[in-house]
Amino acid sequence: MASLRDIQNKIVGVKKTKQITKAMNMVASAKLRGAQNRIERFRPYADKFHDILIDLASRADASVHPLLEKREEIQNIGIVLVTSDKGLCGSFNANLCNAANRLAKQKEAEGKTVKFICIGKKGRDFIRKTKFEIVSQYAENMTNFDFQLASETGNFVIDGYLSGQFDEVHIVFGKFVSIAKQEATSSQILPAETAEAEAPTGATSEYIFEPSVEGLLAELLPRYVKVQMYRGLLDTSASEHAARMSAMDNATKNCDEMVGSLTLVYNKARQASITTQLMDIVGGAEALKG
Amino acid sequence: MAKTITLEIVTPDKMVLKEEVDYVGAPGINGEFGVLPNHIPFLSALGIGSLYYKLNGKKYYVFVAGGFAEVSPAKVTVLAEVAEKAEEIDLERARRAQERAEQRAKQQQEKLDHAAVQAALARALHRMKCRASAVSEGTCRM
Repeated sequence: MASLRDIQNKIVGVKKTKQITKAMNMVASAKLRGAQNRIERFRPYADKFHDILIDLASRADASVHPLLEKREEIQNIGIVLVTSDKGLCGSFNANLCNAANRLAKQKEAEGKTVKFICIGKKGRDFIRKTKFEIVSQYAENMTNFDFQLASETGNFVIDGYLSGQFDEVHIVFGKFVSIAKQEATSSQILPAETAEAEAPTGATSEYIFEPSVEGLLAELLPRYVKVQMYRGLLDTSASEHAARMSAMDNATKNCDEMVGSLTLVYNKARQASITTQLMDIVGGAEALKG
Repeated sequence: MAKTITLEIVTPDKMVLKEEVDYVGAPGINGEFGVLPNHIPFLSALGIGSLYYKLNGKKYYVFVAGGFAEVSPAKVTVLAEVAEKAEEIDLERARRAQERAEQRAKQQQEKLDHAAVQAALARALHRMKCRASAVSEGTCRM
């Protein structure tokens, strides 16, 4: 049985851990609020953008712009994996990495070559250990990013697509469903998918377009890629904080539980030692009387 | 007949402006265009430059870059990557950007991305111009 002092030390240690997890929980919840705000402010932009693009794409043939056109032979697949830079957020990063890995394996089984673009340190470290090639990586900037990062990665993907390095590009990111739920989601960003959504019918038919439908598409499509990229970044960052919040909340609860059970063990040990000491004294007194 | 038109300027980071205005002038990619209330539906890409709107006889300026405008009879929606009200423009930063771009343009480099340098320079100059117009119009609240 551990000595009294050992148990006491352990209790102090667990209490200190609890302080840290509790602080991290609060920091994560504050950051989550910020990230949620950013998503909310970005949504009107993204929605409007989407509407206009769908409307435009429905008026033009897919062959008018290379970013819209499906290639006949698809050989090279690019996967953009968005993860966080830091750990301590439960299974969040592992889920993302597994989803990306599954997608990559599936594509590979179809005889295609898969290359990765990693945003965030955790994903990069994971992919490095697999046999897949990383063509570009952006680490250490998930904690504080703006549209610039989306632009940069977006441009890289577009250039790669146009030069034939990729024939199809997917993004894997942590979709923020609610504070309690984050989903590893993958979606295709190139060629831009517009076919499945029907254009909203209505009073939009008599639009004047300047410069022209084709010219506008050429302006809009690259930006659309960046908008989707940015959405992935924002969602992942919100999900990360939410995941960390619940992970730290669990850790704090576990600490409480542990302190409780350790205190019980401590008290039992204390009582046992008092009993033995008493027995000693009583035994000694009896012996003296004798 | 509505006498005013709603102007809404949105960027990825926030809604910059939402106001009832009398007139909107925007830097279209093929030159400037003006929008009065009850304009026919219209969609245009925007260049780099100053967008302005008139309200109670005064002109207000907003710097925009990389976006497009959707016009419907009652509303103008501007989606831009960058949009800054005249009073929010960081003049110091624009000046530095201008110097940097000019220096870059002078350097004889093989890999120099001329388009990017030109765009950076244009942004810096238009930022300053936008601020100057707002100041001369007396609508720059600073």
